[in-house]
Amino acid sequence: MAKLDLVMFEEEFKLLQEITARLAKDAQAKVVFLVDKNGQQIAAAGDVKSIDATSLASLTAGNVAATDGLAKLIGEKEFSLLFHEGEKDNLHISLVGRRGILVVIFDQNSSLALVRLRVKKTGKELQEIFDRVENRAQTEAATGGQFESPFSEITDEDIDKLFGD
Amino acid sequence: MTFINFASREINCKIVYYGPGLCGKTTNIQWIHNQANPDKRGKLVSLATETDRTLFFDFLPLDMGTIRGFKVRFHLYTVPGQVFYDASRKLILRGCDGVIFVADSQKPRMEANIESIANLATNLKDNGFDIRTIPYVLQLNKRDMPSAVAAEEMERLLRFRGEPMLEAVANAGTGVIETLKACARQILVELQKG
Repeated sequence: MAKLDLVMFEEEFKLLQEITARLAKDAQAKVVFLVDKNGQQIAAAGDVKSIDATSLASLTAGNVAATDGLAKLIGEKEFSLLFHEGEKDNLHISLVGRRGILVVIFDQNSSLALVRLRVKKTGKELQEIFDRVENRAQTEAATGGQFESPFSEITDEDIDKLFGD
Repeated sequence: MTFINFASREINCKIVYYGPGLCGKTTNIQWIHNQANPDKRGKLVSLATETDRTLFFDFLPLDMGTIRGFKVRFHLYTVPGQVFYDASRKLILRGCDGVIFVADSQKPRMEANIESIANLATNLKDNGFDIRTIPYVLQLNKRDMPSAVAAEEMERLLRFRGEPMLEAVANAGTGVIETLKACARQILVELQKG
């Protein structure tokens, strides 16, 4: 099966979380989310509780995927930036590397220019971490090596128990 | 593509409900949403037209419990079944861990079922997956309809790899959870293999 699982270890996760939190502060944003292109939330900072993060991650990924399809239709590789302007809150969506999407929600306390500036810098840092995660996954896939998966030892009984059978 | 987060001890898997238009994909996840414990399920997001036909996708996050200290969470998606939404269907299959094919048991829909499976195979391939190996379940939905084709006949027409085949009446909840479990189980077995 042609799939590379996204495996995030504590150290990388911490770094992503730190960078996301710094961006939220520097861009004076309400909330910052880092999600992956398949719609899974990776990290978040700011007033996270005010938003349904799971739905946001899924809809953002859908939005990016649809925009990606549009880009290809007109012969572009991708549109790396999406901006939605609301009456009070605005949504700034940008791609990070091949896998990540950075979502910044901000209001009149910030500005599009400031957000773009901060996102540009942060994007590079995030990309480095994503590259590291990706390279490790590729190396493991190529060498057949596996990290110590917590699931390699699950038993059929564990699975039955999960389903209450 | 499974997302394993060691820091938050979470594992996220994506299951896609596929099938021809009006076969009951959305009905399946609506029923799961209605039945699931509110603590275990997230919000059901539906991107539908004014006539309630799926336009892009439906989405339901579902906590299945804990396994070896990891919270197991499934993200359920449906695709739009109508033929002309093919570009959207392809996008939604991106990064999926398992597929549930919802077949419409009504006789006039048999060709649509066959076409939809062929379309699924193509779209999976375009996303780097193989329909013969990905975790996969066949659900025969609408078993209560007067024109329902015999299960044996549907098996002959639609079952191609010895996949679990379940009979269902999604709007009454019959077979819905069993179908989901059959797919989830295969995904976990894949993880077990590593």
